[in-house]
Amino acid sequence: MRSICLLLAGLAFLAPPCPADTVHRTHEFTLDNGLELIVQEDHRAPVAVVQVWYRVGSAYEHDGLTGVSHALEHMMFKDTKSLATGEFSRIVASRGGRENAFTSTDYTAYFQQWAADNVEESFRLEAERMHNLVISDEEFAKEINVVLEERRLRTDDNPQALASEATQAVAFQTGPYRQPIIGWEADIEQMTAADIRQWYQRWYGPNNATLVVVGDVDPAAVHALAIKHFGPLPAREIVPPKARPEVPQHGTKRVTYASDKARNPYLVMGFKVPVLPAAVRDEAVEEWEIYALDVLAETLDGDASARLSRNLVRGRELASHIDAGFSATAMLPTLFYFNAVPRDGVALADLEQAILGEIDALKQAPPSAEELERIKTQVVADTVFERDSMMHQAIIIGSLESVGLDWRLRDEYVDKIRAVTPAQVQAVAAKYFVPDGLTVSYLVPEAKS
Amino acid sequence: MSRVLAIMLVAAFACGLAGNATAMPEIEHWTTANGARVYFVAAPEIPMIDARVVFAAGSARDDGQPGLAELTNDLLREGAGERDADAFSSALGATGARLSNGSLRDMAYVGVRTLAEPRYADPALVLLADAIARPRFDAAAVDRIKGRALVALRHREQSPESIAEDTFYREIYGDHPYASPPDGTADSVTALGRDDVVAFHRRYYVARNAVIAIVGDLDRARAAAIAEQLSVGLAAGERAAALPAPAATSAHELRVEYPSIQSHVRVGLPGMRRGDPDYFPLLVGNHALGGNALVSILFREIRNKRGLSYSASSYFVPMAAEGPFVALLQTDRSQEPEALAVLRETLGGFIADGPPAADLEAAKQNLIGGFPLRIDSNDKIVEYIAMIGFYDLPLDYLEQFTRQVAAVTAEDVRDAFARRVPLDGLVTVIVGRAEADEG
Repeated sequence: MRSICLLLAGLAFLAPPCPADTVHRTHEFTLDNGLELIVQEDHRAPVAVVQVWYRVGSAYEHDGLTGVSHALEHMMFKDTKSLATGEFSRIVASRGGRENAFTSTDYTAYFQQWAADNVEESFRLEAERMHNLVISDEEFAKEINVVLEERRLRTDDNPQALASEATQAVAFQTGPYRQPIIGWEADIEQMTAADIRQWYQRWYGPNNATLVVVGDVDPAAVHALAIKHFGPLPAREIVPPKARPEVPQHGTKRVTYASDKARNPYLVMGFKVPVLPAAVRDEAVEEWEIYALDVLAETLDGDASARLSRNLVRGRELASHIDAGFSATAMLPTLFYFNAVPRDGVALADLEQAILGEIDALKQAPPSAEELERIKTQVVADTVFERDSMMHQAIIIGSLESVGLDWRLRDEYVDKIRAVTPAQVQAVAAKYFVPDGLTVSYLVPEAKS
Repeated sequence: MSRVLAIMLVAAFACGLAGNATAMPEIEHWTTANGARVYFVAAPEIPMIDARVVFAAGSARDDGQPGLAELTNDLLREGAGERDADAFSSALGATGARLSNGSLRDMAYVGVRTLAEPRYADPALVLLADAIARPRFDAAAVDRIKGRALVALRHREQSPESIAEDTFYREIYGDHPYASPPDGTADSVTALGRDDVVAFHRRYYVARNAVIAIVGDLDRARAAAIAEQLSVGLAAGERAAALPAPAATSAHELRVEYPSIQSHVRVGLPGMRRGDPDYFPLLVGNHALGGNALVSILFREIRNKRGLSYSASSYFVPMAAEGPFVALLQTDRSQEPEALAVLRETLGGFIADGPPAADLEAAKQNLIGGFPLRIDSNDKIVEYIAMIGFYDLPLDYLEQFTRQVAAVTAEDVRDAFARRVPLDGLVTVIVGRAEADEG
């Protein structure tokens, strides 16, 4: 399906080349310079969301330069060759738009939401900052201080965030997921405008981006507008970062994070698990394993009837709150995490043992037919519910494409989940939930000395 | 995958609305046999239904027992009718529906999003009806949710932002019911018992105190049947009494010492209510001052020009009685004096002189041009019609909006801010370290 689509994309002025599914009406195009464009029609309201996704994030960064992708995201709202600082945002706001951006380990994305007749303005503005960004020393000096304030707000004054950051840094020894997305404080403090200019030159180009439009639009017209505004931009040579595979782990890793600001103890457990992009890259991982892990996550924490709530929040009343899960579409093998706050008087060690007990139960016996039925019903329902948000639809498409997956995976998702057997859930529990994949962190409240 | 991606969804924040040539949702309104007010919009494009029941049962009704409204609301999903908490959650899970609940200062709500197909929707709606009308309040569940509430309270104590919020409400509202923290206090939550919850439910979870909002793939007849089903188990009861107006504040500054790196600053006072005669001048004016996300005056002065804070904004929270007006920022302790000075100077200038023409124009353009975004999903529509019903706003509220925004002049804004946001009434709350060089 995909190869046919790409072949047709060059002459797609006439008709949408790839009517991939009738529910979503999604269409894919590729410009000559390598820019991917995916358009999904949604005619419920006269609005559209436009997102530009760049395949760069904190997992592309190296020591000493952590946080540079995120800092660049901030600078993308400053000057370009033809737009003064703040003009981009003033134009968007004056037309009733909302805009923002987000950076993750695997990608950086920018978006505008506004009336659908503003799609061309989005393209004009995004094409300008894709190619003509100007990073002045003066604007950088102010903005890097904003980034530091953001880090203080989200992480440094938040004990649970600090404990999670430490967990990630210990769980991954050589792999880039050990680095925080926002960057280490010292790296942010020492960052220069030149660092950001180089990062922009290295990663921002049409052939390293995906343009996603969801809304009340005509795909052929959107394609024509994309050619008009992004077509003239030259492709950049993109040199992928050197691979930094995670070294094998031997034995459980443990972190104690003592904080005089924490009032509640907090438990973080993370097991290393594979992800869909790894299965696609054929790294000795079967695709079904990822879907089985997803069903396992739902078995433990899909809703209030799932095992962690039923057995540990109610039942034994050990936890005030637990959540569990993993990002199946992370670019690199990731952590299947458990975050839990104990009830008063419950030791973190006892809560840890209870969670391990729930995992053992899944190793010993597969989930029941009733549990699987509940999960499959919820997955079907959730895919219907998700259609209510254009923003969400665009994020699914953009994030899949940005980690090297095909957006059509979304449409196969329900069938793949439906195909998971109880024995497969048991099998992945046994294979991945092992001491050699585990990192355990205790956030311990401590009296101020 | 879908669930994982959901975590990343950027929450849309809505606190006012505008209108233009966009097709308006056609709101139908009626009252159930026992007095619940119903608001319905047909949205046949996606085969699902949202049903939300809203009661005037928020923390403003706690009446000396802080935390009671929230505890009651949280217990609605912990067992109802013949089903205990385990049976209730299993039955709900089997339908694929998602139940949501929440308790604010004015309102408490429970809602469900379900597939429209009756084999899923019917049992899901039975559970919603049971949750609001026949909660069990099992003793074990009461103890468990109380325990969770105490943990949640301590979580707020390790967040300077939460401390600033709670302190700010207490400072500007004094004896008014809005001063009472929705999460309660350790002492007040500990003292709550099952009898308190039962009495609160009996008084406030009643049909005449309820608004039912329904949006989705169904016709009016089915919506009417659902509304009856949701309300029939409720006693008719009475609407909650009107809340008093808060007293005027006098300017003062309160510092709460807390060992955070940043100081969290809030400046404000009791602002405006829903249906307020100054609603539009204050809304439009604030949009220029600190509401228009990346381009407002506060964002420009504090963040863009000086890099002093990640967030710099202001907002009104229109409520049944005058909800707060607040301008806020967070900054490293060493920069606190400078940031506070800029915030005060900017606020003072705005209140004295009104909005610069360009900022007023930008605010109006954004509110008017952005109107379609405010009603572009079932989720947002159900929230709006519940709000319209809850606050007795006119059914053509949405249609009026653009016109009202467009009519606001700079003088209207200056006049409204001078009367409603007087400098000598502004309360300042700062949470942070006493000295910059400590810790």
